[in-house]
Amino acid sequence: MEIGELERMAREIRLRDLQAVYEAGAGHIGGEMSVIDILTALYFRVLRLWPDEPKNPARDRFVLSKGHTACALYVTLAKRGFIPEEEISTFLKPHSRLNGHPNCNKVPGVETNTGPLGHGLPVAVGMAKAAQLSGADYHTYVVTGDGEMQEGSNWEAIMAATQFKLNNLTLIIDHNRFQQGASLSDTNDIAPLRPKLEAFGWEVTEIDGNNMSEVVAALEFRGNSPHCIVAHTNKGHGISFMQDRVDWHHKVPNKEQYEIAVAELSEA
Amino acid sequence: MNAPVPSPNLYDCRDAFAATLERLAAEDKTIVAVCNDSVGSSKLGGFKGKFPERLVNVGIAEQNMIGVAAGLANGGRLPYVCAAAPFLTGRSLEQVKADISYSNANVKLVGISSGMAYGELGPTHHSIEDFAWMRVLPNLPVIAPCDRIETAAAVEWAASYAGPCFLRLSRVGVPDLLPEGHRFELGKANRLREGSDVTLIANGTLTHRMMKAAEILAERGIQARVLNLATVRPIDEAAIIAAANETGAIVTAEEHSVFGGLGSAVAEVVVDHAPVPMKRLGVPGIFAPTGSAEFLLDEFGMAPAAIAEAAEALIRRKKA
Repeated sequence: MEIGELERMAREIRLRDLQAVYEAGAGHIGGEMSVIDILTALYFRVLRLWPDEPKNPARDRFVLSKGHTACALYVTLAKRGFIPEEEISTFLKPHSRLNGHPNCNKVPGVETNTGPLGHGLPVAVGMAKAAQLSGADYHTYVVTGDGEMQEGSNWEAIMAATQFKLNNLTLIIDHNRFQQGASLSDTNDIAPLRPKLEAFGWEVTEIDGNNMSEVVAALEFRGNSPHCIVAHTNKGHGISFMQDRVDWHHKVPNKEQYEIAVAELSEA
Repeated sequence: MNAPVPSPNLYDCRDAFAATLERLAAEDKTIVAVCNDSVGSSKLGGFKGKFPERLVNVGIAEQNMIGVAAGLANGGRLPYVCAAAPFLTGRSLEQVKADISYSNANVKLVGISSGMAYGELGPTHHSIEDFAWMRVLPNLPVIAPCDRIETAAAVEWAASYAGPCFLRLSRVGVPDLLPEGHRFELGKANRLREGSDVTLIANGTLTHRMMKAAEILAERGIQARVLNLATVRPIDEAAIIAAANETGAIVTAEEHSVFGGLGSAVAEVVVDHAPVPMKRLGVPGIFAPTGSAEFLLDEFGMAPAAIAEAAEALIRRKKA
C-alpha cells in the first residue's frame, strides 16, 4: 500500500477499535490510538505474511509486547484477513478468543502470548536468533510501550541482541510518554531512550510515530546492528480530548464522547 | 577381618543428560542448548565443543533466557534450556508461565542441581519449591528421573514430545535402578518392588533411599511396594489408586518442601479416589540449615532407616 492508502487504513482501524472498546466497555484506547499507525504500516506494507498460511516458516515475525493494546492488533488482523472482521464484536465477551491480551494458540497471526510486560522483546530476540541459526531470511519486529522499558528483562534482551549481532531484529518503542498511572517523567523517567540504546550497541532511529511516511521508512531500514525505532507518538492520537491525557490509558468513552471521537476520526 | 562391602556405583545424572543431548543433537540439527553462563554446571562443555554455534548462552539473565528459548522454538529450533533449577524456575517463573506454558512453546526446561544438591551453599541455591511452582502450570509435564538410565530416557523422550516439559535433575550421585534399555513413558509409574503392606513412592534422588528402606522393612517381615513416580504431572492416578487399595498405606519422600510437591500430588489423588493413611516426608516447610544434600535428607527424616520407621508407624495407624 502507498502512504495515502495506509493513512486511510489506519483511520479505519482507529474507528473500528474505538467502536470495539466503546461496545465492550473496556480496553486500552490511549495506547491503541498511539500504536495503530505502526501496526498498519507493518501489516499492510512491511511484513512478509500470508493470512491464509499464518504459520508459514518464511513469514516475518511480529510481537506486540504491549499486549494490553490487543484490540488494535485484532482489528488490524481482521482487516488483513487473518480473522473475520465481524468477530471483532466478540471482543472480551465470554468464550471469545479475543480476550484482553493476545493468545497465539487461538488467534491466527499472533506469535506468542503477551500481557505481562517485558516479555515480547526476549522472545523476539529468540526468533531473530533462530533465523540466524537456520539461515532463514525472515525479519523480526517487536513493539513495546515506553513505560514497559522500565522492565529489566528488556535490558537483558537488549544486551543479548547486540552480543548475538542480530541485524534482523527491529524494536519499535511506542514512546507516548504516559504509562498507566502518570507520565513517564513523573514515574521512572527512562527518556531519553536513544542514548541508552546506543550505549548498548543498537542503531537508533527517532521518528514521529504517527507520521506514516516516517513510520514506513524507519521500518524498512536495514542496518548492521539490532535496530531500535524510538517512535514519538501521542497517547489517544486522533481524538482531541484523549490526546496526551493519562486517564485515557484505559478509560472508556461515554456516548457523547464516542460520537465526538467518531466525528473527529471520520473527518481527519 | 571381613572385606568391605562394596557400595553400588553412584552416578551423576548430569553426565547421562549431556551425553544424550549430544547424541540427539548430532542427529537433529534443530536442537540448541540455551544457558545462563551455566556451561560447566550443566555439563555443556562437550556440546559446546561439538556444536559451538548451537550453544545459545545469554549470560546471567534468566528471564531473557526463557523468552529467547520461546522465540527459538517459534523459529523452528528445538531448545533445551539448561540452568540451575532454583534460578531457572524461581527467577523466571512468569516467563515460564506466559512464554512457555501459556504459549505452549516447544521448549525443554532442564533444571540442573535441583533439590538441595547445592547443600552447603544454602537455601538461596536450594530448589525445593520447583515441583509446586511448575506443576500448577498447564501444558507442562514435570519429570524427576531417579537414575542415569531414566535421565537419558527422559531426555530422549523430550525431543520427540511436541510440547514443553520440565526435567528436574540432580548432581547428587545415585545408583542404577531401572534396567538398561528402559524407555520413558510420560505419566507412568515404575513398580520397582512388589509388596502389599505399604507403598513407598518417590522420584529423583529419593527413589534409591526408598529401595533401601524397603530392604530394611523386609528384614522385619514387612513387604513394601516401591513406586518410582518420575512424572509428577500428569500423575499416574491408576498406580496410586492401586497402591492405596492394595497396600492400604502410602509413604512419599521427596527432595522438596512437603508443601505442593510429589507428596501433595499423590495426596490429591488419594483424597479424591481412595483415602488411606499417608505420610509425606520432605523438607518441612523451612529453609534448610547448613549441610550437604545427603546430610540434609538424613536430617529431615529421609535416611532409609527413618523412612522404614515412618512406614512402620503408618502401618500401625492403618491397623488401628
